[in-house]
Amino acid sequence: MAQSLGQRIFETPLYPYRRSPDQKAGAPVRHKVVVVGAGPIGLAAGIDLAQQGVPVVILDENDKVSHGSRAICFAKRPLEILDRLGCGERMVEKGVTWNIGKVFFGDRKVYEFDLLPESGHKRPAFINLQQYYLEQYMVDRVRELEAAGAPIELRGRNRVEAVGVHDDHVRLEISTPEGPYNLEAEWLIACDGARSPIRSMLGLDFVGKVFEDNFLIADVVMEADFPTERWFWFDPPFNPGQSALLHKQPDNVWRIDFQIGWDIDRKEELKEENVRRRLHAMLGEDAKFDLEWLSIYTFQCRRMEKFRHGRVIFAGDAAHQVSPFGARGANSGFQDTDNLAWKLKLVIEGKAPEDLLESYDAERIFAADENILNSTRSTEFITPKSPASRLFRDAVLDLSEHFEFARPLVNAGRLSVPSIYDESPLNGPDDADLPRRTRPGAPAADAPTREGWLIDRLGNRFQILAIGTDAPEHFEEAGVDVEVVRLSPDESPEFRERWLGEAPGAVYLMRPDQHVVARWQAFDDAAMRAALRRAIGLE
Amino acid sequence: MGKLITEPNIPDPDGFYEELVGLHEGLTEAQSAAVNARLVLILANQVGDREVLSEAMEAARKAAENGIDRQEG
Ligand SMILES: Cc1cc2nc3c(=O)[nH]c(=O)nc-3n(C[C@H](O)[C@H](O)[C@H](O)COP(=O)(O)OP(=O)(O)OC[C@H]3O[C@@H](n4cnc5c(N)ncnc54)[C@H](O)[C@@H]3O)c2cc1C
Repeated sequence: MAQSLGQRIFETPLYPYRRSPDQKAGAPVRHKVVVVGAGPIGLAAGIDLAQQGVPVVILDENDKVSHGSRAICFAKRPLEILDRLGCGERMVEKGVTWNIGKVFFGDRKVYEFDLLPESGHKRPAFINLQQYYLEQYMVDRVRELEAAGAPIELRGRNRVEAVGVHDDHVRLEISTPEGPYNLEAEWLIACDGARSPIRSMLGLDFVGKVFEDNFLIADVVMEADFPTERWFWFDPPFNPGQSALLHKQPDNVWRIDFQIGWDIDRKEELKEENVRRRLHAMLGEDAKFDLEWLSIYTFQCRRMEKFRHGRVIFAGDAAHQVSPFGARGANSGFQDTDNLAWKLKLVIEGKAPEDLLESYDAERIFAADENILNSTRSTEFITPKSPASRLFRDAVLDLSEHFEFARPLVNAGRLSVPSIYDESPLNGPDDADLPRRTRPGAPAADAPTREGWLIDRLGNRFQILAIGTDAPEHFEEAGVDVEVVRLSPDESPEFRERWLGEAPGAVYLMRPDQHVVARWQAFDDAAMRAALRRAIGLE
Repeated sequence: MGKLITEPNIPDPDGFYEELVGLHEGLTEAQSAAVNARLVLILANQVGDREVLSEAMEAARKAAENGIDRQEG
């Protein structure tokens, strides 16, 4: 296979094994939090906790970033979370953004669309970026925190072999190139991926649907003059009866994805000459390209029944897995740890009861179900499971060429958008006259303010937004300090529309993960105290 | 059933029916099925109301199930 920049990145040990003093300590050393897995989600968990001063050790059996590009599409909400974790800027600088999509059916283009992004947001609706870059930037961020004295450690080639779960801690047996050692963790966050060994060690279920289909992924490097657009083919002449996708990544890398069916010979399909034959049929006989990464994957839509099991908490692919249509894997995983980190911190500090962690289950299982529903629907459209399903799919595509009404029915993957925790046990009172978009349970809607983007001013602690109304200088309840942020109704037209609507003023209580807890049109001390107590699991 | 119109609502029943059958003239079974699928989608968009659409789907499925019952009985 051709050499390329990317290959060097994912073949270089980024966090090589180093011996830890823990390996020589007679008795197992006990840590506050151990994260298993340094994929995107484990790294996010570690960075989030360390940034907030909670000591954390991340273990990974490997020492390199993701092999091959894997995830390439990162949506707005995860980018906002990565901004809070100090890694968003580099991603957006390196990533590519697209707005034009084209849909082909058979040998013809049936329509094209322009996503026309909404104005007044710091971050675009999504970017395309290879997963290995993302992970590299996150490892760099870990190093930066370490250098600044934050309590974080990343241990490469530390494989967890066994776990023993106790009421108030978890015992881990770890193997390294220099032999085994044991550790104890007050809390263990399992981010060990879709095949989660921890999940198996605990004998926990992972139920859902396996789809009988294979997809061949080729990441190719070409100096092509293809525009930066997303092209999706249903039943193209070069891959009859199946689908195909072309997507741009940085460094002139293109993601090409062929649906190839269930009964295949993996080895044959992965032979370079066979892949090249497919690619030439698609891109033309004279197309010039190098192959960066080839892979065949199948997929599942499933989740664990519960994500929290006492002192062991699952996040990311270990907890739930979706089909890649709609790019919800890593995107939803980041929202797991975003949700978990502040809750765990409050529990560890003794300010919130352990029960607060049950709301992680409630909120993130709701989100996982939403993701599974969306990606299952896309899968049904892209790979119809019955003759009737194919009949309607083809009818939608035929109509979409001539009638606009059919285009919203075309489902080649729905962009990942954050879940709104409408039913969350942590939500407080709502004022229905305020805009729906910023109701309790919703993530903050970004908007320009006089002092920069609103989203950059939110997060990492509880906050009261006092918009054009009175609020006290300081607020504290149940040992939790709340920052009061004063804003004017006239910060920007987008701000007014998203946070006030027709109301003259409003008061919002915000969580450390930038979600709305409760809102009123005027400050009410007793109501605010009750809402805060509820948001940390005290009532 | 709530919002679905189940009383006669087509002014020219015989003419409509003739046109519907005529639409399929000369088509293969597969082409006919495709025309029907497109027609369902066009009409569904015309109706728009999600509740009515759900009731209509339920009504169509139920009527067919009775038909199967009859055939099997
Ligand atoms: C082809 C493809 C395309 C995708 N596209 C997208 C996309 O566009 N957008 C998106 O959001 N998602 C996408 N995804 C999904 C995304 O790649 C995953 O959701 C994401 O990698 C999950 O991150 P994670 O940290 O939970 O798990 P992983 O990335 O799988 O990391 C798990 C880590 O745990 C470590 N580990 C495992 N067992 C042990 C052990 N016993 N001890 C120590 N360490 C252990 C592993 O070494 C690994 O580093 C795609 C996936 C595929 C395959």
